[in-house]
Amino acid sequence: MHTVPQLVLLFVVLTNFGVLGTTRLSTCIRALALQGWLLGLLPLMLASHLSVHVMLLATGTLIVKGIALPWFLHWAIREARVRREIEPLIGYVASLLLGALALGLAFAIATRLPLPHLEESLLVPVSLVTVMIGLIVLTTRRKALTQVVGYLMLENGIFLFGLTQAESVPFLLEVGVLLDVFVGVFIMGIVVFHINREFDSLDSANLAELQD
Amino acid sequence: MRLLMLCVLPLLGALLAWAVPLAATMRISALLIVAATHFALLLSLWVSPAPPALDGWLAADPLGLIVLSLTSTIFLMTAVYAVGYLQRVRPRGGRMFISGLLAFLGATSVVALSQHLAMLWVGIEATTLALAPLVFHRHDRRSLEAVWKYLVISSVGIALALLGIFFVATAQDGVPGRPLVVGDLVAHASLLQPAWLRAAFLFLLVGFGTKMGLAPMHTWKPDTYGEAPSLVSSLMAGALTSSAFLGVARITQVAMAAGQGPFVQPILLGFGLLSLAVAAVFIIGQSDMKRLLAYSSVEHMGLLVLGLGLGGVGAYGSMLHVINNGLVKSWLFLVAGNIVLASGTSAVLANRGTLHRLPVSGVLLILGLFAVTGSPPFGLFISEFTILRAAFAAGHPWIAFATLALLAVIFVGMAALILEMALGTPDDGHPRVRESRWLVAGPITLACMVLVLGVYIPGPLNRVLALAAVALGGRAP
Repeated sequence: MHTVPQLVLLFVVLTNFGVLGTTRLSTCIRALALQGWLLGLLPLMLASHLSVHVMLLATGTLIVKGIALPWFLHWAIREARVRREIEPLIGYVASLLLGALALGLAFAIATRLPLPHLEESLLVPVSLVTVMIGLIVLTTRRKALTQVVGYLMLENGIFLFGLTQAESVPFLLEVGVLLDVFVGVFIMGIVVFHINREFDSLDSANLAELQD
Repeated sequence: MRLLMLCVLPLLGALLAWAVPLAATMRISALLIVAATHFALLLSLWVSPAPPALDGWLAADPLGLIVLSLTSTIFLMTAVYAVGYLQRVRPRGGRMFISGLLAFLGATSVVALSQHLAMLWVGIEATTLALAPLVFHRHDRRSLEAVWKYLVISSVGIALALLGIFFVATAQDGVPGRPLVVGDLVAHASLLQPAWLRAAFLFLLVGFGTKMGLAPMHTWKPDTYGEAPSLVSSLMAGALTSSAFLGVARITQVAMAAGQGPFVQPILLGFGLLSLAVAAVFIIGQSDMKRLLAYSSVEHMGLLVLGLGLGGVGAYGSMLHVINNGLVKSWLFLVAGNIVLASGTSAVLANRGTLHRLPVSGVLLILGLFAVTGSPPFGLFISEFTILRAAFAAGHPWIAFATLALLAVIFVGMAALILEMALGTPDDGHPRVRESRWLVAGPITLACMVLVLGVYIPGPLNRVLALAAVALGGRAP
């Protein structure tokens, strides 16, 4: 195992905690963008040889996850004039602790699920922890935009796992993944704006009229 | 070729309705023409089977054929209803409405015919996106909240399902056969890595279960069904949930073939019973008809996975129940649509005396109550009875008794509300409303089908159901 990809994966974990521990939305988005760049680099490092397929995958990931989506989110917070998350459902220290717990859990699960034919030791736990932290952000933050960031982290975690199968899973799927992220966020983005206009804030806790 | 047509034709129609500035009547005709052609193509599959297309990625196997037949039928009935509906209501972005409906038909056809798990996933994701703008058509606070919950919860579910599909690919690493093609997975099931396959099953069940609306991932369902236009709810409760169930059925098929029955069956039973219990709790004391139907949908999704989990004749019962539940949900949501058109609300109290004001819809509503709660002579009685029989046969009589008790509670809860709606005395003298033929033709046809299925299951359908049950590790009764 080369040490450079391991290092990149460690940085991915750090960006996860970066999103968990900050109140400023713009910092959140920057951490997400950094994560997108790291994810764009990984296919190049992990591939056994540099094929056109790998280059396209890396470029596509970089453009969508590293540039387009963060740009879109930056534009959204400017338009909507939101700067920080307001009092999440659980505090920042607590959510960092929860993140640490998720990290431990991810490693515990990864040892139970050995990857066949791949000595890459960090890809599976890092992917799992990114998925879990994405879910934590998605469920504990109240701003609709932060929830979108959480959802994108979840997708990033799945992408990381998909890298273990980059050789055997058809190209079509990877295009589908990128496209789905894009379309999903596009639609969510429209909804985010309507939430802002209807309620004068992006607090999704306002959305509590429909209850039993 | 026909299989490809079934998927591409609706998508072309969607593109046409969206891109070409047609007159409103032309767009509606396009909707009807595509729906009817789709249905005709489907019927041709029953007469002469079509060869697989796209290198075996598209094929009409028994499981897929059942779901495709259901969705095509429901779509045709809903399209007929849409003609009457769009005469009365002008949803914002009229072309978006029609093209969203058609895109949904294309996406569900992809789901039903897909033999490749990733393609099935793309189809299910596309159904989510196609219907989202239609849920939000009123552009007000309540529909905004509904569409937000729908998008966020479904997207998370779909994302987890994708992770599950990668897990399947990992389980298949080094195993002969094309990656992620269901037939090849089943053929070499004993070689799949058991640990990864189990993880895959869990993620796919939770992911697609979210789209089905299994408890406890059902929280988007009442809000979305309640706020969406009734004909969209009809497609969601009838067709979308069945497509998502097909996703669960496919991974169950693979897991059962791999001998993972002892792992997957208790999990399916757990989700099934929990969904029934949650539905029973929330149905009591509902005050809104569409939300009531949403919880009834949670109940029936529970029954579907319960049947799968019981195995044996339960698998047959489940597949039959997919058809019955889809038809009756579509029927009832279209009736709910007529009620909302007449009074402007689906609240139970504001709609007392429906039988008096809307005679045809009122009768359909009362019949629907008995059909949806599984009373004879309707089809749901047969399929629920088959599932209960499987519980006894599998040596779990307590599951049968628990299910019966919950079904009884649900019957009482639904009957109290729906009978009050149909028979209660209206607050004021709402005049009798003339019901357009377009608006009652669909539900009447659906009701006839559910009635026929309760009395007699046609031979070809019975054969396909039996084959599907065998594929799921069960058997025909």
